[in-house]
Amino acid sequence: MSPEYYLFLAVLLFAIGTVGVMVRRNALIAFMSVELMLNAANLAMVAFAMARGGLDGQVATFFVMVVAAAEVVVGLSIIIVIYRTRRSTSMDAASLLKL
Amino acid sequence: MNQIATPTFEWMPLAPVLAVLLAACVGVVVEALVPRAYRFVSQLGVVALGLLAALGLLIVNYFAHSSGIMAMGSISLDGPTYLMWGSLLVFGLLSMMVFAERTLNNGASAFAASAASVPGSVAEAEATAARHEHTEVFPLALFSLSGMMVFVSATDLITAFVALEVMSLPLYLLSGMARRRRLLSQEAALKYFLLGALSSAFFLFGMALMYGYAGSFDYRAIDAAVLAPTYGHGLLLVGTGLMAVGLLFKIGAVPFHNWVPDVYVGSPTPVTSFMAICTKLAAVGATARFFFVALGADRWSWQPMIAVIAVLTMIVGVVLAMSQTDIKRLLAYSSVSHAGFILVAVVGATVATANDPASSVASILFYLLAYGFATVGAFAIVTMVRNSAGEAHDIDSWSGIGRSNPVIGAVFALLMLSFAGIPLTGGFIGKWEVFASAWEGGYAWLVVVAVMASLVAAYVYLKVVVRMFFAESAEGVSVAKASLLTLVPIGVGAVATLYLGLFPGPVLDLMTASSVFLR
Repeated sequence: MSPEYYLFLAVLLFAIGTVGVMVRRNALIAFMSVELMLNAANLAMVAFAMARGGLDGQVATFFVMVVAAAEVVVGLSIIIVIYRTRRSTSMDAASLLKL
Repeated sequence: MNQIATPTFEWMPLAPVLAVLLAACVGVVVEALVPRAYRFVSQLGVVALGLLAALGLLIVNYFAHSSGIMAMGSISLDGPTYLMWGSLLVFGLLSMMVFAERTLNNGASAFAASAASVPGSVAEAEATAARHEHTEVFPLALFSLSGMMVFVSATDLITAFVALEVMSLPLYLLSGMARRRRLLSQEAALKYFLLGALSSAFFLFGMALMYGYAGSFDYRAIDAAVLAPTYGHGLLLVGTGLMAVGLLFKIGAVPFHNWVPDVYVGSPTPVTSFMAICTKLAAVGATARFFFVALGADRWSWQPMIAVIAVLTMIVGVVLAMSQTDIKRLLAYSSVSHAGFILVAVVGATVATANDPASSVASILFYLLAYGFATVGAFAIVTMVRNSAGEAHDIDSWSGIGRSNPVIGAVFALLMLSFAGIPLTGGFIGKWEVFASAWEGGYAWLVVVAVMASLVAAYVYLKVVVRMFFAESAEGVSVAKASLLTLVPIGVGAVATLYLGLFPGPVLDLMTASSVFLR
């Protein structure tokens, strides 16, 4: 099995995620894009694990999933507090610190 | 190869990390079981016990000469690890003393009474009136500290990634918990979180490519793969680049520095101090270990990249610091420029690894130590200069502070001189060591740029000192009375800065003696 197609897909997903964070102004969408990037890395690691014949890459994805879940807990709590204060999750509305 | 062996774990050598982690878990239990009135005192006790026990265990291990690759090849206990763990514990303890200061704010800590309530709402007013406090900040900071300790010693990319997140996630929360200027603080938390998550996604993807290149997450296996490659060089280059983005973001290097001033300003000042010292130390330590141990043989590809980033970081940090009118923003840009000076040593070190790796790592560690003591004192003083609305961050309002409070003024001036790298302070010796190691590494042009940048930086710091001593006093700003919890970190910072400047010999010898990364 060639891992190349999976790698191309992973790079594509990663690129979509990066562009999403850069372009979309909604904090939730940006956050979802970050999760997409994490999963792109997961896909790449699983593909490489198949290609290299080891289990390391597959094991790593479990760690990444747990970390991503913890990140969701912290991230959503911050976004919800911001939303309750401003009634908006737009990152442009949060601009007190820009100089 | 698919058999799963029973993992081994070296309990005693790794006990310092476990002590901090255990203290953090006990802190969570304290939150659940101890009545509200006693929580603050209990948490303080847990923090002090945990950190002092960790320091004690570290010293015992050091004299027992225990070292080696531990925990199934994922943690390396070597000279730099000992030094970085020791510094992290000392700086963590000093910062957390400032966390606990309640005298400055009429008996309330620097953290919001109820961070979840909407600013200005009835719920917030009720929580403030009932004198509620977020004592969770102590376990959060301890969790973060344990992540940092693992991060600097990790020799395995999975461990490094998990440690990176354990270190960062509590900091995202802590930065959003300021009592005053809560909108600013919440915004800082959002920015820090989104940019931090983005940078760790880059780190992770780089890690995946690195795994594809080497077939393993282990630093030694990556090193072996660099020496005898089976896959193309492209994977290695792109992987290195992406991982460098994640690491340099945490260090606060240009062009990944945008978050630094915003987050430093928005966070509660004790948290800013914790981030400025401990996060930087952990990130620099992990970066040095990754580049020297895993990619030491591939240094020709990453050296120019780091050199360019070091130049950019020094210049941008210094130039933007000149135009700042807010003391916390000024210290933030100053911390960016210090990241640049440290990267100078990282660049130079690489060439030095060929025959003598000692000078580079030792100089980085010494620089971080001098910078850390100056930073802990400086931010503690920032918490003390207040007006009716809380801390006075405007540099104009610091005018005349040095004349009305000669002691605080003199100490702040000393710390500023150390930042500037004036002789007889720790900062001077640190800069000297860093430049010397880059010079020996064959990067003379970089040293020339760095010396010029530090000359310009001196202007920034001296401007503040002049303002404090020779300008008319501002209305309504004074140095508030603080308890020992703030005064001790200031005193330790000042004394250590002077000591490192006057008698650097013993410390330098210790660092040079234990500055070799175990492979």
